[in-house]
Amino acid sequence: MKSKLWLGVLALVLAAGGTALTALYANGNSNADDVADDQVPAADAAAPDPAAITRGAYVAVQGDCAACHTKPGGNAYAGGYGLQTPFGVIYSTNITPERDTGIGTWTERDFFRAVRHGKRQDGALLYPAMPYNAYVKMNDADLHDLWAYIRSLKPVAQAPTPNTLGFPYNIRLAMLGWNLLYFKNAPYVAEPGQPAQWNRGRYLVDGAGHCGACHTPKDALGGDTSAYLQGAELLGGYAPEITGNPHVGVGSWSIEQVAQYLKVGSNHMAVAAGAMGEAVEHSTQYLNGPDLAAIAVYLESLPGSGAQAPAAISANDPAMLRGAHIYETQCMACHNVQGQGIDGMVTGFADNPGIRALSPSNLISTVLKGGRAAVTEGNVTGAGMPSFAWRLDDADIAAVLTYVRNSWGNAAPAVGSPLVSKARAAVHAEPVLDKQR
Amino acid sequence: MAHARPKADVVVIGLGWSGSVIAEELARAGLKVVAIERGAWRDTASDFPPSVDTDELRWATRKEILQPPKLETYTFRNNASQQALPVREWSNLTLGYNVGGAGTHWAAASWRFNPFDFQPYSKTIERYGKGQLVPGLQVQDWGITYDELEPFYDRFERIAGTSGQAGVVNGDIIPGGNPFEGSRSRGYPTPPLVPSRWNDIFTEKTTEMGYHPFPVPAGTISRAYVNALGVHMGPCTYCGYCQLFGCGNWSKSSPNACVVPALMRQPTFEVMTETEVLHINKSADGKTATGVSFIGKDGVVGEQPADIVIVAAYQLDNVRLMLLSGIGQPYDPRTKQGVIGRNYSFQTLSYAYLWFENEYLNPFINTGCLAIQIDDFNADNFDHTGLGFIGGAGIQSLSNNGLPIGMAGVLPKQAPAWGKGWKKAFQHSYQNWAMIQGQGTSYAHEAMYFDLDPTYKDNYGRPLMRMTFDYNLNDKRSGEFIRKQCEAIAHAVGGTQVESYNFANDHYTPFRANDSSHTIGGVVMGTDPKTSALNRYQQSWDVHNVFVLGASSFPNNGGFNPTVTLGALALWTAKAIREQYLHNPGPLVQA
Repeated sequence: MKSKLWLGVLALVLAAGGTALTALYANGNSNADDVADDQVPAADAAAPDPAAITRGAYVAVQGDCAACHTKPGGNAYAGGYGLQTPFGVIYSTNITPERDTGIGTWTERDFFRAVRHGKRQDGALLYPAMPYNAYVKMNDADLHDLWAYIRSLKPVAQAPTPNTLGFPYNIRLAMLGWNLLYFKNAPYVAEPGQPAQWNRGRYLVDGAGHCGACHTPKDALGGDTSAYLQGAELLGGYAPEITGNPHVGVGSWSIEQVAQYLKVGSNHMAVAAGAMGEAVEHSTQYLNGPDLAAIAVYLESLPGSGAQAPAAISANDPAMLRGAHIYETQCMACHNVQGQGIDGMVTGFADNPGIRALSPSNLISTVLKGGRAAVTEGNVTGAGMPSFAWRLDDADIAAVLTYVRNSWGNAAPAVGSPLVSKARAAVHAEPVLDKQR
Repeated sequence: MAHARPKADVVVIGLGWSGSVIAEELARAGLKVVAIERGAWRDTASDFPPSVDTDELRWATRKEILQPPKLETYTFRNNASQQALPVREWSNLTLGYNVGGAGTHWAAASWRFNPFDFQPYSKTIERYGKGQLVPGLQVQDWGITYDELEPFYDRFERIAGTSGQAGVVNGDIIPGGNPFEGSRSRGYPTPPLVPSRWNDIFTEKTTEMGYHPFPVPAGTISRAYVNALGVHMGPCTYCGYCQLFGCGNWSKSSPNACVVPALMRQPTFEVMTETEVLHINKSADGKTATGVSFIGKDGVVGEQPADIVIVAAYQLDNVRLMLLSGIGQPYDPRTKQGVIGRNYSFQTLSYAYLWFENEYLNPFINTGCLAIQIDDFNADNFDHTGLGFIGGAGIQSLSNNGLPIGMAGVLPKQAPAWGKGWKKAFQHSYQNWAMIQGQGTSYAHEAMYFDLDPTYKDNYGRPLMRMTFDYNLNDKRSGEFIRKQCEAIAHAVGGTQVESYNFANDHYTPFRANDSSHTIGGVVMGTDPKTSALNRYQQSWDVHNVFVLGASSFPNNGGFNPTVTLGALALWTAKAIREQYLHNPGPLVQA
């Protein structure tokens, strides 16, 4: 769920060429942030109200702020985490209330503008690695509380690490054009025809939760397409569709099963790992029951892509036969005889929408690199999948994935060996043992 | 420059079963706990996944999971008149060398001891009188009874996920279980394993013979389970790569699978791996310990100060650390004075190996402890009048070996040793060989003990441990009695060729195939500071903030595997520390 830079050099050109100044003004208008104080810098303000801090801590969890603003093993919220993007590495900033290297001189209004409108205190534009295009939906009350929480943090003197973006991505002004194309500068407006629970779910999904940052596919310039939450390639992996589509989304799961997945990192078939594992560990496990249910209700209400199950590949297909043999010798010990998996530990393949996703990227990268289940308060196990890159060649991996995608109630396109070869290079997996000699 | 470390509330030496369960208990209670582990970090998915674990040459033959003797060993002799020599090859003792300790590679037979095993002295005197004890036998009560330990057995089983069939619950006998066991407060957390073909034959015949067969409680668990610490475990696949292997399926009870995931989340816990404790440091007056000295993998020494020192290494290392640290008086076999190194006991094994004619036992389907046992000849479950010994053995049909390299050596004595004849015999033997194991009790003898070797030193110039051990008369008699029972069953089940052995008929050697690895005692618990190093809470009589956990605490061995008993005792001690010692640090029992 780390947001990435969605940026193209053409953005500025396009923006300059075809856009009226009024549109530019509306897009950059941050008057909504004027509800916040612009006088008192964070470091000078009186101690925040403890109740607001508590509520703000919960908002920070919803937004998963720590995921990016705390580097592993580093001081909380002191930044320095490097986000890998297709355009270079962007380092998160120090958002503790420290004067010289953090945001100690910021006012509440400066903070609101950064979070909801992607503007720094000095007016420079943030990269959309900071998901202000989602956070713009967050309401004033949540932002006030979040500010109280941020002000309560221990100030840490830690200078930000410079980004390693090359030209022209290092020109922040280019974001003006990007914003014009992709930044919808509008607060959350409740759907009057929908119940409060649904609206709460949508508010969390589209706002603080910024689910679309990973799960909505992007176009060439890194902006959201209209295929809202319908699954997206994600730096060697795949963030699957999370709509109510029963074939590849979460439509076949109950509300409780979706909520359980987000709460403990696993449910009756799925185990969160990788990027989603981090999202569960840092964010969703701490959401309360009503909020998790609201998210589930909203996601399941979305019709999604309409993807239908194709005819399953015949069990007698040569790739299926090869895959069945590999499954039996390499996978069955953990994933079980009929693809049942093990609750809370090992992904079940049988009738699992995540396995049927149009893109097999997640499956390929997991076989190549292995994975580690999210560790949560509800499930401390942290079971893991070993890397099979050294043991299975590309054709074997393609065959076994084709097999699991077309067995036990699953049906999905075959996985081709060239795709595995490409992924092996892309994720820097080691070569198969035969080729290491 | 030496490593300086901030003071901890508790330092735990060794992160095996005992160390990990007590660290978890004490860290959860809010204490700052530092564990120091000699071996490396080991993790199921990274180190033993099924795709790399099934490698007999690597693990069973080359024993990559064990602490190699070149790193440290012990010296051995049969009696005090001999010159002890270092054990330079792999021996029957299987020391762990990683986070998880021997609890990672064990066979996972998950026994409670029989109530008699905790009170062998008083129960023997009561039933038979002193004359039942052979001269020189050091038999003594533990200071704790089975009933006192029962809640901790129960807790440990809920951590380990143990599979089994209860035999006695709240005093009621349950069909299919062990009617001789101590009464349990409830059944096992998971049901018993599916028996092997060999197990089934044994059950049928021993039932006909009037015995009481039951499934051996197993830490190779029968189904998925969420343990008492919230850690998930997977069901055993009966893969057959068990003892001397790590488990890739999270289905073998081990610190790695059952405790460490919860422990590592405790904010007040930390572990230093690949770091070896050299000795325990004492205060100037010698009455308390101040912490431990260690040497890191960088070769730099350091000190970890702590208010409480938990010695939870392997049994041999526990005894040696106490000797090297000068805590407790070393045992002197001439004067019979002293307690450290005293009460060494082992395990008295008897076997019947048998071959059927036309069976398909499919021995590759097994776990480290897939067995049916009878306890009709164990502990004091039968009348010993006139037999001249105490104790006995659990007699079991063990299906724990189907690995091709290991099985190549299991042929009848008269089979050809090479060529076509050997191949044919191997093929036949593989499907037709079976083993009846009598896993016997062992009681200490005054002439058998541990001390520091006067000649041989370790890498740091410190004396090695010296083991002086041979079987005593009680062992020989009980072993012979059990050998006969094993042999009779072997014939009854239809073995056409039978070989039977009483290991105690020969002198003990550390190099005997199929021997036990259960080395017991040396820093034992008890009721009298003259005959025990520890009180009933495994607390040193001499230095009250030192607690010593593990099989080194057992004054005698039962006719069982020791792990679950040492785990239960670690939990028992954790409770005593939490609820008594912390409030009033000092001896928990007045000497």
